[in-house]
Amino acid sequence: MINGQLPALQVVVPLIAAALCLVLSRPGAAWLITFAASVVSMLVSLLMLEEVLQSGVIDYAFGGWAAPFGIAYRVDIVNAYVLMIVSTISTVVSVFARVSVASEIETHNQGFFYTAWLLCLTGLLGIAITGDAFNLFVFLEISSLSSYVLIAMGSDRRALTAAYQYLIMGTIGATFILIGVGLLYALTGTLNMLDLAARLPEVADSRTARTGFAFLTVGLGLKIALFPLHLWLPNAYAYAPSAVSAFLAATATKVAVYVLLRFVFSVFGVEFALGAMPLALGLAVLGSIAVLSASTVAIFQQNLKRMLAYSSVAQVGYLALGVSLATPAGLTATLLHLFNHALMKGALFVALGCIAWRIGSSRLEDFAGLGYRMPWTMGVFVVGGLSLIGIPLTAGFISKWYLVLAALDKGWWPVTVVIIAGSLLAVIYIWRVVESAYLADPPAQTAKAEAPASMLIPAWLLAIANLYFGSHTDLSVGIAARAAAGLFGAAP
Amino acid sequence: MTIAGLYNYWIVILLMMTGFYVVISSGNLVKKIIGLNLFQASVFILYISIGKIANGHVPILQDGVSHYSNPLPHVLILTAIVVGVSTTALGLALVVRIRESYGSVEEEEIHRQDESL
Repeated sequence: MINGQLPALQVVVPLIAAALCLVLSRPGAAWLITFAASVVSMLVSLLMLEEVLQSGVIDYAFGGWAAPFGIAYRVDIVNAYVLMIVSTISTVVSVFARVSVASEIETHNQGFFYTAWLLCLTGLLGIAITGDAFNLFVFLEISSLSSYVLIAMGSDRRALTAAYQYLIMGTIGATFILIGVGLLYALTGTLNMLDLAARLPEVADSRTARTGFAFLTVGLGLKIALFPLHLWLPNAYAYAPSAVSAFLAATATKVAVYVLLRFVFSVFGVEFALGAMPLALGLAVLGSIAVLSASTVAIFQQNLKRMLAYSSVAQVGYLALGVSLATPAGLTATLLHLFNHALMKGALFVALGCIAWRIGSSRLEDFAGLGYRMPWTMGVFVVGGLSLIGIPLTAGFISKWYLVLAALDKGWWPVTVVIIAGSLLAVIYIWRVVESAYLADPPAQTAKAEAPASMLIPAWLLAIANLYFGSHTDLSVGIAARAAAGLFGAAP
Repeated sequence: MTIAGLYNYWIVILLMMTGFYVVISSGNLVKKIIGLNLFQASVFILYISIGKIANGHVPILQDGVSHYSNPLPHVLILTAIVVGVSTTALGLALVVRIRESYGSVEEEEIHRQDESL
């Protein structure tokens, strides 16, 4: 019985937990609720993933109203995979958040912080599970509004301006998506993605369809932070509280990429979206520029959170390149990189959070000798950094390997060159940190001062996951390949 | 359809571009939020216009009426209005906090202080 309700529980549990958090508002209780709700979400998503892999798509009609009238949730492998990523990252990072948040956010605001966290989780999970285009917009706004709040809670006053900038650009993006959905509704008379996919081909050769598609992709481009629409991202991730940077960097843009995949492959169909429309070329060009320019800018950052944020913009470029190939292999690489990038950026931002907790800074000049003062934390950073570069036996290598193979398979050798050049640039910006932490002259006091276990354990979990999925690829590649085949094969 | 028959849509485009222009061009953080509001309002009108059906009646079931306007866009837009109000409220709250810590709501002045924005 309860199994049949899993899709509803996925969204309802964090939503109700958010309300509970607001009522209780004591920091300890709020954290416990957040952690518990994240764990439950993770279990629900894992159960659903298993069910989907075993027995195919799960359909869920909300409130018992059948599809075109009610809101339908539809979980296939892609949804279940993204849900698993989001809820797992929320669980791991929330363990880290307890101490980190206690040191960065005033006590009376911590209850609100966890409320916003849970609402953000609700929104992200909702986006990934819903089968209704308008419902998707509502969840998008729930996650966006709560992430503006989370970012604004950063201790630097620049967090406020970063959140404001994100609010303006994010709202424009979401409104573009709303316009796109409205035009599709005007054209087809339905908001259900399955029905949209069925009715769009007949009317695809119309100006309304093309305009709707353009609005949707530009709006999603803003949410994904695809170059040149990424301007909100570096400041937002740099000045947000450490736990928020880790959570959002590992989930928010991933979910937006999922939405793009859903619309491109399931709703519009590959022939229209990547054939009739010049999206493939656009993604290839913008993705390449993103990889090269953002990686180059990352090299010159003194604030390491900002450096990782620019690196995230570059990683979005890789994701876009995978989509632009328009082959199952390219899509597999993108889906694989969604997961692997969540692991590596999660590990890196959590490590920076540990360092910020101990030395109160994430600027490069304060890193001298840190490899000896905080060996375990820097160990996580190094593993995450290696994975980001794409060294063999780390998760990052696997996704870049698949991406390069897919590009070569298609005969797009310039894309291969871009991917390798991007990796070399990543070597430079990661090396700067390693050099400073291990080789630079340490300051006088070099006594060991590690972060507490509650921060180190999640950091190492993520680091070990990077290593594990770098050598055991059956699980991640298997699911990504099946998900890609599903997106190419059939309607949502 | 004549040009006059598309009156709603012309207004939508006009409002949308006005709002968008204000967001981009204004250096005042409050005015940007107002521009954002205009931009969103134009989309509300777009949706509501879509719901109108030629010779359609108010969507309340009654005898002798066969054509009803589509009520769904109205419901959708009620939700979108709530989202818009929340965005405005949050945006203005952020502006208040920015004013408290920078002493200004002008983009240039804030940028001069610490290079943000």
